[in-house]
Amino acid sequence: MKEISGAQILLEVLQEQGVEVVFGYPGGAVINFYDHLPDYSCRHFLVRHEQAAVHAADGYARATGKTGVALVTSGPGATNTVTGLATASMDSIPLVVFTGQVPTPLIGNDAFQEADIVGITRPCTKHNFLVKRIEDLERIVNEAFHIAGSGRPGPVLVDLPKDILAGKCPKRKAVKASLKGYNPNYAGHPGQIQRAMEVILKAKKPVFYVGGGVVLADAAARLTELARALQIPVTTTLMGLGAFPEDDQLSLGMLGMHGTYRANMAVTESDVLVACGARFDDRVTGRVDTFAADAKIIHVDIDPTSISKNVDVDIPIVGDVGDVLDKMLELLKTSETETKAYAGGHDEWLAEVARWRDQHKLSYQQDDVIKPQFVVEKIGELTRDKNPIVSTEVGQNQMWAAQFFTFTQPRSWLTSGGLGTMGYGLPAAMGAQVAFPERLVIDIAGDGSIQMNSQELATVVQYNLPVKVIILNNGYLGMVRQWQELFFDKHYSSTTMNHAPDFVKLAEAYGALGLRAQRPDEVEPVLKQAFTHPGPVVVDIVVAAEENVYPMVPAGEAISNMLLV
Amino acid sequence: MKHVISVMVENEFGVLSRIASLFSGRGFNIESLTVAETEDKSISSMTIVTHGDENIIEQITKQLNKLINVIKVVELTESVQMAREMVLLKFAVNSGPKRLELLRLIEVYQGRVLELGVRSLIVELTGERAKIEAALDVLAPFAIKDMSRTGMVALARDSQKN
Ligand SMILES: Cc1ncc(C[n+]2csc(CCOP(=O)(O)OP(=O)(O)O)c2C)c(N)n1
Ligand SMILES: [Mg+2]
Repeated sequence: MKEISGAQILLEVLQEQGVEVVFGYPGGAVINFYDHLPDYSCRHFLVRHEQAAVHAADGYARATGKTGVALVTSGPGATNTVTGLATASMDSIPLVVFTGQVPTPLIGNDAFQEADIVGITRPCTKHNFLVKRIEDLERIVNEAFHIAGSGRPGPVLVDLPKDILAGKCPKRKAVKASLKGYNPNYAGHPGQIQRAMEVILKAKKPVFYVGGGVVLADAAARLTELARALQIPVTTTLMGLGAFPEDDQLSLGMLGMHGTYRANMAVTESDVLVACGARFDDRVTGRVDTFAADAKIIHVDIDPTSISKNVDVDIPIVGDVGDVLDKMLELLKTSETETKAYAGGHDEWLAEVARWRDQHKLSYQQDDVIKPQFVVEKIGELTRDKNPIVSTEVGQNQMWAAQFFTFTQPRSWLTSGGLGTMGYGLPAAMGAQVAFPERLVIDIAGDGSIQMNSQELATVVQYNLPVKVIILNNGYLGMVRQWQELFFDKHYSSTTMNHAPDFVKLAEAYGALGLRAQRPDEVEPVLKQAFTHPGPVVVDIVVAAEENVYPMVPAGEAISNMLLV
Repeated sequence: MKHVISVMVENEFGVLSRIASLFSGRGFNIESLTVAETEDKSISSMTIVTHGDENIIEQITKQLNKLINVIKVVELTESVQMAREMVLLKFAVNSGPKRLELLRLIEVYQGRVLELGVRSLIVELTGERAKIEAALDVLAPFAIKDMSRTGMVALARDSQKN
């Protein structure tokens, strides 16, 4: 009988799971995997730091909707994945991350490069496994993919002791996932949906509050259809950007701490708030007791723990948001005249929303120093018909990207929303570029964040992934500096980045193209050059050092309480 | 408010620490937790005593349900639960009137003497939490040398009988 090793079983199951791409980094505990890797069809991308492997798998997953896969060695390789896992966990991104482990007889002995990664990552994974017998390997890998991609998605870690990968098994028995305690509920309760529609059709001041769940459920088109049919304004969270076209008159833009004036006002004044795939995060709600205080709240979410966690909900609907929206659309069709009457019936509300839109538009003054907002707008203008994928780092750069880029497509926006991980943008862009070699992929970066994973420039050059890194270089850890300016009397303690590298030379050192813009009139030509260059580019844009992100709701205050420009 | 939650889990490596770290990570209280295998060796049963307001208890049960290894979560409200706790007590008492008085009290609480030594006594008490608490109050003046408490185990009553 033919024998097969654990490493081969793993590679075969990956193939059956349809995994085309693995981001990884080798080491002693996983040599067996790498030994067999070339015999299989899945492509491997060698990153330069394991954190980047997980972010790249995450960017790949966000852009494609498939489960991202990373593989690293034991000990330090495994611990380097923690930030990536926590990032994916907070944003519900489906990943399967494989870590090497010391051989089973040595586990618990403080063996060389041993880390209890299952223990370490328990709170930042959806689930994790240690494979203790080679006979369990196939089942566990299948379960890992099932768990990662179903229900509310999330990262799953599988710890693989070296003797499991190296060990031999006589033959594979096709073992499927068997999970007694896991059975996510997809179908929204028809009675609840009916009740919700009745409430919506009576609303005078309705608002849709849309989160990343709508993107994850691939329900953006249905949401858009419903909102348009009923003429209900839509605000999205940071994670929900792209779920509703921002060039539509009904779009309120983003809400929350750096949300638009009109979004925060509309939510505050609403009488019915329909939350779809959003989780009432503190950056969204501000002071909870003032958040949509007079509104009936309808909350659609696949995860029951999200419902009534931070804010009491009047009509909870547990289920896949796509399924719920389908059923809502169905109900509209059966009552077409009612729908039409309703859609025309709250003009006053729409007029009020329009007034808010005109009162405090997102704005900035472009003078003789480059304003970061101007750069983001230019990026948008120059790429309008290119369907780009935009990733960000974290800080002001992220907020300006969220505010000043016009999002019209789901799965084209990669940002670390829940964890706020600096260093996410470049590896995530890399992962998305692997999935879509022909699309324009842009990382809108900060001078601080980019230094957290700039080693990945080597990876993008090696695989010719033509990612464009646009650094909004303000010479500061700008977002922290902004807080210091506003709330700590301009005490700029440890937020100056005056020993940054020369980013043009850094790009060149890695073999990428480096460009710089220092005056407003240089921005457009430099961006154009970057976007037409066939390879990876780093653009260092020297922007106004002390520009702030506005509007801003101070942490813990009501979201109608905005500091405006 | 005290709440008793009964949890059926897959008897898998690490499941206890998943539950424990859920409670500590989210700032929920555990007053006591007992765990043992059921008649099906692949399933363990846990009884968790916790406290919190309605919202917190709702979050706890939802979060428990969300764990992959958790098969079933039942909140046992006072009216439907059958709950017991056990405590083992070691007293340092010589034979004499003091000991006689102690033995009498133990009888009142339907305790059992497990070991009777020259200078010490080991006793088992079983019952509802309130009874155990009352017994411990009454027995406190006797020199309790050592004590081991199980925490609560509970089952739902047959619903027919309610
Ligand atoms: C890994 C990590 N460390 C620290 C922080 C805290 N933090 C949030 S924004 C920020 C400043 C980021 O600076 P930069 O990348 O230059 O962006 P800017 O705000 O200047 O656009 C920091 C330090 C974080 N979000 N992530
Ligand atoms: Mg900066």
